[in-house]
Amino acid sequence: MTALPKFFVVLILAFAGLTVTSAASAAIDDVAVKELANGLRVIVKPDRRAPVVVSMVWYRIGSVDEQGGVTGVAHVLEHMMFKGTKAVPAGEFSRLIAGAGGRDNAFTSRDYTGYFQTLHKSALPLSFRLEADRMANLVLSPEEFAKELKVVMEERRWRTDDRPQSVMYERLMATALTAHPYRNPVIGWMNDLENLSIDDTRRFYEQWYSPNNATVVVVGDVVPAEVFTLAEQYFGAIPRKALPPRKPQDEPQQIGLKRLTVKVPAEQAQVLMAYRAPRLSRPAEEWEPYALDMLESVLSGNPAARLPQRLVKTDRLAAAAGASYEGVGRGPGFFYLSGTPANGRTAAEMEQGLRREVLRVIEDGVTQEELERVKAQMIAAQVYQRDSMFFQARQIGWLETIGLSYRDESLFIEKLQQVTADQVREVARKYLIDDTLTVAYLDPQPLNAAPARTAPPAGVRHGN
Amino acid sequence: MATNMNMQWMFRAAFALMLLAVTHSAHAILPIEHWRTSAGAKVYFVANRGLPMLDVSIEMPAGSAFDTSEKSGLAAMTNGLMRLGAAGMSEDEIARRLADVGAILSNRFDSDRAGLMLRTLSDTKRRNQALEVMAGVLSAPVFSSAIVERERSRYASALKEADLTPDTQVNREFYRLVYGKHPYALRSSGEVDTVSRLQSDDLKAFYRKHYVAEQAVVAIMGDITRQEAEAMAEQLTRALPRTIGPALSLPEVQSLPAAVNRMIDHPASQSHIMIGAPGIRRDDPDYFTLFVGNYVLGGGGFVSRITEEVRQKRGLAYSAYSYFSPLQVRGPFIIGMQTRRDQAELALSVVRNTLREFIDKGPTEQEVIAAKQNIVGGFPMRIDSNRKIHDYLALIGYYNLPIDYLETFVANIERVTAADIKAAFARRVDPDRLVTVVVGADQKQTATAAPAR
Repeated sequence: MTALPKFFVVLILAFAGLTVTSAASAAIDDVAVKELANGLRVIVKPDRRAPVVVSMVWYRIGSVDEQGGVTGVAHVLEHMMFKGTKAVPAGEFSRLIAGAGGRDNAFTSRDYTGYFQTLHKSALPLSFRLEADRMANLVLSPEEFAKELKVVMEERRWRTDDRPQSVMYERLMATALTAHPYRNPVIGWMNDLENLSIDDTRRFYEQWYSPNNATVVVVGDVVPAEVFTLAEQYFGAIPRKALPPRKPQDEPQQIGLKRLTVKVPAEQAQVLMAYRAPRLSRPAEEWEPYALDMLESVLSGNPAARLPQRLVKTDRLAAAAGASYEGVGRGPGFFYLSGTPANGRTAAEMEQGLRREVLRVIEDGVTQEELERVKAQMIAAQVYQRDSMFFQARQIGWLETIGLSYRDESLFIEKLQQVTADQVREVARKYLIDDTLTVAYLDPQPLNAAPARTAPPAGVRHGN
Repeated sequence: MATNMNMQWMFRAAFALMLLAVTHSAHAILPIEHWRTSAGAKVYFVANRGLPMLDVSIEMPAGSAFDTSEKSGLAAMTNGLMRLGAAGMSEDEIARRLADVGAILSNRFDSDRAGLMLRTLSDTKRRNQALEVMAGVLSAPVFSSAIVERERSRYASALKEADLTPDTQVNREFYRLVYGKHPYALRSSGEVDTVSRLQSDDLKAFYRKHYVAEQAVVAIMGDITRQEAEAMAEQLTRALPRTIGPALSLPEVQSLPAAVNRMIDHPASQSHIMIGAPGIRRDDPDYFTLFVGNYVLGGGGFVSRITEEVRQKRGLAYSAYSYFSPLQVRGPFIIGMQTRRDQAELALSVVRNTLREFIDKGPTEQEVIAAKQNIVGGFPMRIDSNRKIHDYLALIGYYNLPIDYLETFVANIERVTAADIKAAFARRVDPDRLVTVVVGADQKQTATAAPAR
């Protein structure tokens, strides 16, 4: 090649016309779904504001599916998925995508593993060709595996081991849960990584990477019928597999308060409290998860919400304080409270402050005004989210992969709007109780007292 | 100093704009409208009726480069505290009025510029309520002593926490060594002792001097008409302070006289490494050449040389990269990575060799073609949302880029040759005059790799 192919010039011109006119916005009704004969689900949401597509492949396989001793294998496999097939040697995947003007990456969580490309719409076939190829034909070479495992260990050091809050979260989860695999970090325990073999990784790939365990999501300037045809063309011939049974590994009932202290080099103490809470499983029938979501927002959904307003500004007890509800996923749900004590205040005082706010909700409830405010924010957020094609694709893939439906998103909004002040109070009373609580304190240690660590402790939520 | 994120953002921003230039048509691809308000602020506007929402920002020369070392952190605190009490509204009233209509008011802050950004639904009722709050915050912030006292204590404790991390330590030392007495050396958040001394009067004076109408750039993107945009820009700027004294400017940045190596002890499991020097201004004539060149060197992710050598070939790091962060005056050129502490020396030598080879020989023809393919082909993704387009409006406005900047973008990229890149890097990056900071390496390791001076 000596000059840019003509393709790119055409692309720009095409784009130019479209930007100016800025086509009508996409809504959930425009979403089209098709399941191929091999079980692959394909979901398409047109968004014609720019000549761009976001193409994602989601596998229903995450750290929650790992067995003991191989924690981190789902994520290591995600890294290895860029290391080549017979047709596309190591490094070539990203080169091809980059050559088409695109960008690509991947993410692993407890519940799923996802791969994505953002491209000009005309390059969608390239995305499908490469994804279909590595869905079935991954080559795992010992040399690439050895190097990539080192990279993942570096990622663990960077993401977790040297970050006090990450270490605290990792240890909290390992304490709060006894049996369920959510107790293990997505990136894996260092010792498991050190002992992970290429065979462990290959087995995981062979067991779980199949069309009937995957969902393709495309958002962008596309026609659904054409995307389905393309999907059939590239993914259609990949045979389905019999997936191994998934062990539920349900967490036994917690029967009493748990506490832990994490001593790491840091300046400030921290408090992180995790209450066991229900997870959303039947979105049309349940109401508690929605009430917990509203509780989260009333406590910390905006700068005037209760925790920042009372604990940070009025009482000056906290440098920062927040609440967070994790109730949508394949494993157990939690309601978290967190706080960093203000200068001169202790972790114990911080915990008492957070508990005071919980008690206030239980005893006095929340106001209609607070609920209205949170609902107004939700409605606006729905619009803002449509500004990002990537976000829309992620939302669809996420809901489908954890066992809900993309359609549930509008149901969520409807159900959230119906939540009453009494319901918020009721879930606080029912779930924010000591018997199912785990409390972690970060006990800051001076930097120079810590021994130099070559093989370290552990950490937090794992994004891409 | 700007965070990495800010710098990368600016870098990207710059590029995105360029692509639109390909057409030979007489009118702009992205129809940017531009005017001045009666108070003298510049306005950049693109209407987009696709979504019922609006993004509007206002920025001034009020970033951390306008701090002094004695009051380092003043610019950031001024920016952060405007919304904590203004125009007869308490901080909670401000927060509630915004939340009640689902609006999000955020701060915009980096080394050069500072201001506010509002995202709101575009229907008249909600939009008006949100705009009124924003205008009040901009034009009549109170900076009460009680709130300054509370916030400086919060800022200081957050700084103390950050100061312990290897990430903060490497950044702080790097900017200090690259910029010496230049204000780009100052950390945007300030230092524990300087922040602890800030008074309400300091904030008021900084606000009065920097948040002036004549220097303001308003960027509006979204679901309103030109007429509505004009009224909005008036509303935001008419009550702003007016300029007093000479126009604000920044001193020039001096090149490094010699290499500087610094090692800082830290118990972290990884060494955090930064290498670099003063780079380029936003209006540097080599801008496009260096952008394409840096894609090959360390800006192109998995397809760049640094990632290839450090990560793909040797498994030494999760992330390794290079970038230019063009600013009003010379922003930094940076190479960064983190690696297990006992292999810091190896990683450093790999990166240094990669850089030296790149500077000695330049990129290959194939690499330049691939880089241009990605940058040109990826252009639509840089402006595929209201937010991204809005950010380009703000960039064009603040740095006085020509309004037809987009029209010439692709031509500017396509013009770049391998020989240009080699020559530009030779002019701009001297591998013998770089700052290298390593935080957390084993003593004996970096004693040879980066002897302290």
